[in-house]
Amino acid sequence: MGAELGKYKSVVSARSTDKELLKHAQDGGIVTSLFAYALEEGIIDGAIVAASKEFAAKNPSKVMLDNSNFDMIEPWRPIPAIVNTKAELLAAAGTKYNISPNVALLKEATRAFGLDKIGIVGTPCQMQAVRKAQLYPIGFRDVGASIALAVGIFCMENFPYQSILQLVEDHAAMKLESVKKMEIGKGKFWVYGKRGQVVQLPLKVTHKYEQPGCHVCLDYVANLGDISTGSVGSPDGWSTVFVRSKIGDSVWAKAMAAGVFETQPIEKVKPGLELVTKLANEKITKNKATLEARKTFGVGKALRNPYI
Amino acid sequence: MADKITLGYTHLSGCTGCTVALADNYAGLLTLLDKYVDLKYMPTLADARHIQKVDVSFVEGSVCINDKLAVQEIKETREKSAIVVALGGCACYGNITRFSRGGQQNQPAHEAYLPIGDLIKVDVFIPGCAPTPQMIRNVAVMAYLLLKGTKEQKDLATAFLTPLMKLTEKNEACFCELMTQVINQGLCMGCGTCAAACPVNAITMEYGKPQGERDLCIKCGACYSQCPRSFFSFDVVENYEAINEAIMAALQ
Ligand code: SF4
Ligand code: SF4
Ligand code: SF4
Repeated sequence: MGAELGKYKSVVSARSTDKELLKHAQDGGIVTSLFAYALEEGIIDGAIVAASKEFAAKNPSKVMLDNSNFDMIEPWRPIPAIVNTKAELLAAAGTKYNISPNVALLKEATRAFGLDKIGIVGTPCQMQAVRKAQLYPIGFRDVGASIALAVGIFCMENFPYQSILQLVEDHAAMKLESVKKMEIGKGKFWVYGKRGQVVQLPLKVTHKYEQPGCHVCLDYVANLGDISTGSVGSPDGWSTVFVRSKIGDSVWAKAMAAGVFETQPIEKVKPGLELVTKLANEKITKNKATLEARKTFGVGKALRNPYI
Repeated sequence: MADKITLGYTHLSGCTGCTVALADNYAGLLTLLDKYVDLKYMPTLADARHIQKVDVSFVEGSVCINDKLAVQEIKETREKSAIVVALGGCACYGNITRFSRGGQQNQPAHEAYLPIGDLIKVDVFIPGCAPTPQMIRNVAVMAYLLLKGTKEQKDLATAFLTPLMKLTEKNEACFCELMTQVINQGLCMGCGTCAAACPVNAITMEYGKPQGERDLCIKCGACYSQCPRSFFSFDVVENYEAINEAIMAALQ
């Protein structure tokens, strides 16, 4: 194939040099450090991230809640939020393996929140949404030029909230309230409890809980982010980072010069790009087959294909 | 002058908000008029009293089929334009005029309104209520490249405009399209774009999926057309940086 990793200017293995921050981070703390640095330098004046119930309770004016009762917002359910400080960023850090509709805040960020230079983090599909909105702004008046830094995170698939509930509380037999961290890696779904217990589920168990819309997704490493990052390819505690656009290149270079990250050449680390490429290929091949099968899904009737 | 494309602007049952959106390109509009577009006909901004023969017509508003002049104007617009662009939710989908049903002074019989695509063939849709200044600008630049550009520029313009041409296959819009064409089709991935695009906040995200307040929806079509799972062209969007730069450079 060859196009599975998208266009990029450089790729490294990296982690934040901020030890305090690393304690809160999922992997190398790339997204949090990058946004913290960009906020400090005025590269962005706010960022859209996936926060939590606790964050929303402390900062009610920073989120846009859905119609459900606020008291009903469960642990580990992400809530898109605008953060303007490093403390707020830290409060929102960590991967939540269920849908966070971050793009829902993108227009409001330029309106009620008054941002001129927005940072946004999201899945590959959300980076696609952002770029489509920049090129074909239909309901996004004056938003495109305000997007100052879009950071994509690698994504194999995502889950609805109820799937995570099912996986953690039923399959892993842990209360969501008592979970410290979740992770998908090394072929397993890992659940870490606050009291130190660890449960691992084979990925096979998780498949039927995946969001169906993920099965037509042809992007693994956020090809359309200015910078994209994820754990795959790098050792524990480190992240693989692709620097893609001119904006990404300039922000990354400045952050490196300021000592925000330490890096290792990707060729020097294990398992390296080979594994990233392999997983990207697997995802794209599988989902292309799904798209193909949609063409003959019924009897003489196809399901719709969004890609034209 | 010779190298400019000619533009007409037919104003039917619209609110002039689309006109304002065009004007909200500020200096960009002046550059467009300066370098690329010769405005032949536009009731709000120019003196010409009759629809002219042009390369591109923007049409704002839907058609009251009980108003003879309106019906005549949309037909004449088609006859006299190489490319017809439905500008805004009303021209594309009927939008708020879908709710008209007559009975008001002093034309109680003016009750039936149709999007222009129900009366003529339309080439390109620019949905949105209001449409965005940037989308109008992008289409204007691309129309210029399509008609006056090099082979390479023509190809780019064709690729860019194709999704907006495909949108013309259907003249109805509603929140429900997110259900029938995205969620029901197993395509929704919960990005939230639709909720941000909606001009009346009729969409919230419930557990990562769109929830529509359908009595708020004004049937503008922004949500569905902005959704990355309605149409998505890798060829075009993957080159977003270069295309954005080309458009900005054209407007320098
Ligand atoms: S797999 Fe694709 S569609 Fe699903 S959340 Fe990830 S990027 Fe989005
Ligand atoms: S924009 Fe489309 S894919 Fe995204 S949440 Fe709305 S319906 Fe789903
Ligand atoms: S839900 Fe909102 S964006 Fe969608 S058609 Fe209705 S008014 Fe327009």
